[in-house]
Amino acid sequence: MSAQAKRAVVTVVITVVVCVAIGLYIGLYLVNVPGSVAATPTAAGSQLYLATVATAEASDPHNTWVSYYVVDANSGNWRHDTTFQVPANTLVHFTIYQYDTSTGLRNNFFSQPSGTVGPVLIDGKPTTVVNPMAPAHTFAIPQIGLSIPLPGANSSAKNLCAQAPCSLSQAHHTVSFTFRSPVKGLYRWQCFVPCGAGFIQGNGGPMQTVGYMGGFLKVV
Amino acid sequence: MDDKPHFRNVALLWLLSCVIMLPIVVFVLGPGLPPGNGSVQASGQVVDNTVLLATATPVALAVLVYMAYAMWAFRERNPEVVVDGPPIRGNASVQFWWLMVTTVLVLFLAAYGSARLLADGSGAGQGPNPIAVPSAPKGTTVLPVQVIAQQWEFTYRFPTYGGVETRALELPANTLIKFNVTSLDVIHSFWAYELGVKADANPGVNNVAYVTTKGPLTFHVRCAELCGLWHGYMFNTGTVVPRAQFATWITQQRVQYAPVTKLLPPYARTYFPQPLRRGG
Repeated sequence: MSAQAKRAVVTVVITVVVCVAIGLYIGLYLVNVPGSVAATPTAAGSQLYLATVATAEASDPHNTWVSYYVVDANSGNWRHDTTFQVPANTLVHFTIYQYDTSTGLRNNFFSQPSGTVGPVLIDGKPTTVVNPMAPAHTFAIPQIGLSIPLPGANSSAKNLCAQAPCSLSQAHHTVSFTFRSPVKGLYRWQCFVPCGAGFIQGNGGPMQTVGYMGGFLKVV
Repeated sequence: MDDKPHFRNVALLWLLSCVIMLPIVVFVLGPGLPPGNGSVQASGQVVDNTVLLATATPVALAVLVYMAYAMWAFRERNPEVVVDGPPIRGNASVQFWWLMVTTVLVLFLAAYGSARLLADGSGAGQGPNPIAVPSAPKGTTVLPVQVIAQQWEFTYRFPTYGGVETRALELPANTLIKFNVTSLDVIHSFWAYELGVKADANPGVNNVAYVTTKGPLTFHVRCAELCGLWHGYMFNTGTVVPRAQFATWITQQRVQYAPVTKLLPPYARTYFPQPLRRGG
């Protein structure tokens, strides 16, 4: 094989390798989406149980960050996912166990729940508005006008849960509500309390990272 | 030396192309330019964009016509006979006209832009002390609407309706709107595209933008300043509706948000919200 032919072969091989690598990179990027948790079908729609905690579990790469979790109502297992899958145009029931203590809202407007079907129950009591200083977090899907304030646990309680996973015997509030899921699509949700402790104005870290205080509602 | 009248040829071709293209630009392309005719200020921006495009057209045509003419007139297949032309040095006439044309163009654009901005603000944020205040349509008064940006949603407050705050933005038709744009955290930008309004939302600053609505319209609101994780999702739609419909809507909003309106801080041009106790 002549030197020129060898150079041509090497060039072709390198080009193919580079193209395959680029293709793999793009392909893996496209298919590598965060895991999602499907709501459990019920007779009246579907149900999801969530929890908010002061810090993620010890094994988490950001185990000092505040975070949402999904709770399996049957096994009690906690999953660190913030992408939830629900069917389109159905009633979706959420129950959120809120273990963190209060931070307060930056915009008091978010102290009134909105976007639900029926009342928002906080520890079983229908609630139309909360003290703006009370929320530890909110659960909001701005695209559909859903906004739920989640009052903080009593900071003087002796059984506060410092780190996930927590148990129902520890200090918490239980917030439950129902909303009608929109048409198929991907909707972001987020917390509107500046709860990123240690970051500028509380809006860094877990507030700027999918998987902690924000995620997606995948409507299928 | 080639003694063909190249300058005259190029000038004639340029003139001909301008005669053809300028009417197309002004009468065909112009009316379709963004942002449309959703408000008085948006319509003004369409006119401005048409003027700018019409001003740029002869300049672009001069370049394109000269390039095409040069490629045709000075083509040569035999590379051995290709030689560069004599350099132009000290040609006072070329220098004069070059400076004259560019100066006139730049000064015209500066004067035109300033005049348009001073006329009605062109839908742009004018800071806390606006100098271009458009007059309200006859028999109407200005409607102030506060735009509150926060990571990551716009909310709207209506000081003349009990200070109610809303998620949706509905505006009455044929009304002068005074947007007071501010932020509770980082820098955002309130961009109501079809209304032709764009104003930065800075924390601690009241940025005023005026717009005069026309008929019923659905418009898009987007944040136009990269503001964090959910910047790409910081959008919604607003509507311009007949005044009677707006009156009904704002009444409904006051009833719906009555519980929280009592908890809002008194209406102010800017807010320095607390707590920041979790902030670093």
